[in-house]
Amino acid sequence: MSEQNIDASWPLYEVFVRSSRGLSHVHAGSLHAPDDTMALRNARDLYTRRNEGTSVWVVPADCISSSDPDSKGGFFESSKGKAFRHATYYTKSEGVKHL
Amino acid sequence: MSTTSMHSDAPVSNLDDERAGQERFDQIIAEDSRIEPRDWMPEGYRKTLIRQISQHAHSEIIGMQPEANWITRAPSLKRKMILMAKVQDEAGHGLYLYSAAETLGISRDEMVQQLLDGTAKYSSIFNYPTLTWADVGAIGWLVDGAAIQNQVPLCRASYAPYGRAMVRICKEESFHQRQGWEILYELSHGTPEQKAMAQDAVNRFYGPALQMFGPPDDNSPNSKQSMAWNIKRFSNDELRQRFVDMIVPQAEALGLTLPDPDLKWNEERGHYDFGELDWDEFMTVIKGKGPCNVQRMQHRREAHENGAWVREAAAAYAEKQARRNADAADRQLIGA
Repeated sequence: MSEQNIDASWPLYEVFVRSSRGLSHVHAGSLHAPDDTMALRNARDLYTRRNEGTSVWVVPADCISSSDPDSKGGFFESSKGKAFRHATYYTKSEGVKHL
Repeated sequence: MSTTSMHSDAPVSNLDDERAGQERFDQIIAEDSRIEPRDWMPEGYRKTLIRQISQHAHSEIIGMQPEANWITRAPSLKRKMILMAKVQDEAGHGLYLYSAAETLGISRDEMVQQLLDGTAKYSSIFNYPTLTWADVGAIGWLVDGAAIQNQVPLCRASYAPYGRAMVRICKEESFHQRQGWEILYELSHGTPEQKAMAQDAVNRFYGPALQMFGPPDDNSPNSKQSMAWNIKRFSNDELRQRFVDMIVPQAEALGLTLPDPDLKWNEERGHYDFGELDWDEFMTVIKGKGPCNVQRMQHRREAHENGAWVREAAAAYAEKQARRNADAADRQLIGA
């Protein structure tokens, strides 16, 4: 029974891997570990067995705040209907080079 | 508490919310898009996925045993290193899948307990023994081959974390299948004794590997719902047929035969016909009476218990470090 509690107390970490220099870290998955050091080592063993990474971040899952999927419409509303933020909105320059 | 499981038991406040959730869910499924952990989903969908993903995870973990059985007796250092890498992959696959299941609101600990107390199932194929080195080859070629056939369509499963885990797993499984085939190839091109050993392994694993796709369609009650939910993309029999069509030429390339007198090309169907499988045996193994069920569970429980001190030590160390860091921070405050 006591060992169960120990397992349960290992926090969840989210793992981010940079696949090569110049690229962003990308979410690879998650794992449980007793502390940050072990989380990093476990992440290396679990997510970079085939040279998938040159750098790894581990973040306690508790520390991540995220948007609410149910309020999707509202939260991202302000970028909708603003086609003028895209280059394709401006069509008069068609046929003119380097523009 | 984790960000990924926060959603899990949040009660739907009223009927309108539930209706809106169902509509949104149906729309996402109809568009063949993906469900993410915090989206509303029907309870049946959540339960089906928890059962399927955790069983899949348990299968990876138990599946380490028949292969690990040959690590100390692998015929060369190279073979030993390859086999260790493969067994380590299986552990990794189990962990990817446990993580995916956790996003549905079940804890890792609960899943581990379900495996240890026998309430959760794992694939019945791992209840067969690995009697010879050739069995390691047969497992890689046939068992991992069947698993890939099953898993490639699961990369497109409607539940996104499951699909993402399967993408990683499928990439790694292809090495497993090839290395298995190569073990059998070396043996079937060796001495007559080695070839006989390879044939014997194929003879024993052929039927159980075909049964990995589950019971025939007319006896698989959950399949229809899983297909409607875009979890499952092809029926058990469809996948089994594809697998047979794939392995017949592979067996020919090995110079080995498949132990099925009814196996022959059907010009009209454009597929191989094959004989009825022993479903009584399948049910016996599922019910816990296969050759290695008891051994597999006993070994898993022992491994879990024997590892307790490592988990305790890691937790104690983490606690000590946290306390020291806190003390150091206090001292700095006082000093300042």
